[in-house]
Amino acid sequence: MSAAPAEPVQFKRASDRSLLIYFGHKITRQAHEDVRRLLCLLELEPIPGVRNLHPAYCSLLVTFDPLQSHHDRLEKILLQYIGRLDKVALPEPREVEIPVCYGGDYGPDLIDVSSLHGMTPEQVIALHSSSSYLVYFLGFVPGFAYLGGLPEALVTPRLATPRRKVPFGSVGIAGNQTGVYPVSTPGGWRLLGRTPISIFRPERKDLSLLAIGDSVRFAPISPTQFAALERA
Amino acid sequence: MNEIRVQSPGLLTTLQDLGRDGFGPLGVSASGAADPISLRLGNLLVGNPQGAAALEMTLLGGTFLFPQSALIALTGSDFGAALDGQGVASATATNVSPGQTLHVGSTRSGARCYLCVRGGIVVKPFLGSASTHLLTGLGGYEGRALRKGDVLRIGPPVAPLPENRPTATAIEQLAPRKLLRVTPGPQNDSFPQPALHAFYTSTYRVAEDSNRMGLRLEGHPIMREAGGEMITEGVSLGAIQITVGGLPIILFVEQQTTGGYAKIANVISADLHSVGQLRPRDEIRFEPVDWETARSLLLAQEKLLASEDTLFK
Repeated sequence: MSAAPAEPVQFKRASDRSLLIYFGHKITRQAHEDVRRLLCLLELEPIPGVRNLHPAYCSLLVTFDPLQSHHDRLEKILLQYIGRLDKVALPEPREVEIPVCYGGDYGPDLIDVSSLHGMTPEQVIALHSSSSYLVYFLGFVPGFAYLGGLPEALVTPRLATPRRKVPFGSVGIAGNQTGVYPVSTPGGWRLLGRTPISIFRPERKDLSLLAIGDSVRFAPISPTQFAALERA
Repeated sequence: MNEIRVQSPGLLTTLQDLGRDGFGPLGVSASGAADPISLRLGNLLVGNPQGAAALEMTLLGGTFLFPQSALIALTGSDFGAALDGQGVASATATNVSPGQTLHVGSTRSGARCYLCVRGGIVVKPFLGSASTHLLTGLGGYEGRALRKGDVLRIGPPVAPLPENRPTATAIEQLAPRKLLRVTPGPQNDSFPQPALHAFYTSTYRVAEDSNRMGLRLEGHPIMREAGGEMITEGVSLGAIQITVGGLPIILFVEQQTTGGYAKIANVISADLHSVGQLRPRDEIRFEPVDWETARSLLLAQEKLLASEDTLFK
């Protein structure tokens, strides 16, 4: 159980059909849990006219049909929802393990990242796979999880020139973030490895492997295991 | 079931409806027609529900064989279409006889032309929509742009035939604009006055590498005092974000769902379809409007679309 939002909630109109709700302006676990609670409540008790929800680190973007609702009315209703957040119990975080084949063609930037930090590739792998990461939210592209908890020693700037195409399943780091590319896109993250398992699975009912609030670990695997899992 | 056979697909032809809203928590953007007004108008002309799936052609249209009879309408930009060599008027319901071939040429005005067919085009929906999401290869026809040899299935009609056509006045009033009206973006306050002034007085050019995800603009760079990136947050359709280099990007139908750039403004709902008709090298400007104006412009547009008296005289 947690108390009401630590910071006063702030509303900001994002467009004539959307409203941003900020739980402070810092990436904190408290803000994350407030976002999750409000998301949870809005999914359980949808507000008529609301069309879409975009959770992020410390904000939630609510999109509505401008013919059915407007900012002022929505703010009023949302304040009532926010007043009830302390009664929303979040489920225990799921533990998800993602197998990763590090280095080589799977992680073409592993060597560079190692030398940037004066470590061996083995040390980088050990560090990256020893942490547990929190899924702050999914966004950017379908199924992409914004993961928090990258060890300080692995904080690395983005590539100066993004790659035109990063293969899906690639596991990368950028700044203090790490993540898995669910689909092939251009990208500037430094690639440490690749997972053979699908992150975004349109054919399944649970489209995304990861969900907001999950706890994620990366487990190193060999190229042989990668090939076996890819076939599975 | 009746069919359309694709003999040549054109530059980028996809199946679109009014998109799939509601999957933001999974990072899935809505997609859907870039010019939803034209899609709705075309469907009205052939007696379909306004959101029936149709073909969205980009800059250069395709060639389509109709083995059976059909009723079609071309809306949006005029691509100079012909049925077995006979010119086909835009925004008019046109009968197609069995075996006729529709050739859609290249644009004479904006970026997109819609081919709506009575009964709509039927595919297995993904997350409740027939819209193609090109980045992920999902939805639409096999998740991709059409190719030569594709066969599209036409659904059964679900409503009686309309008897009249839209008035010239209605179509004129629904036509796309190059002066886009915007409301302030959520980070509007973080831009200094000279930057806002520059944004609202400059002419911007649509860059070549613009697409359904976003339109990159070239012109006067907009600078902020504080550093470029901020904490990533949800971004709305039509958001105008300012990149590190100071150039604006309009986030569009296949947009990323979250982003870390500051948004200076947002295109109003009533002008979103105009964005869908912008071509590379088109020149545009931005005009600020207040929230009430944005709302009344949308209401007026919907009234125009909803009112059969105005549309069908």
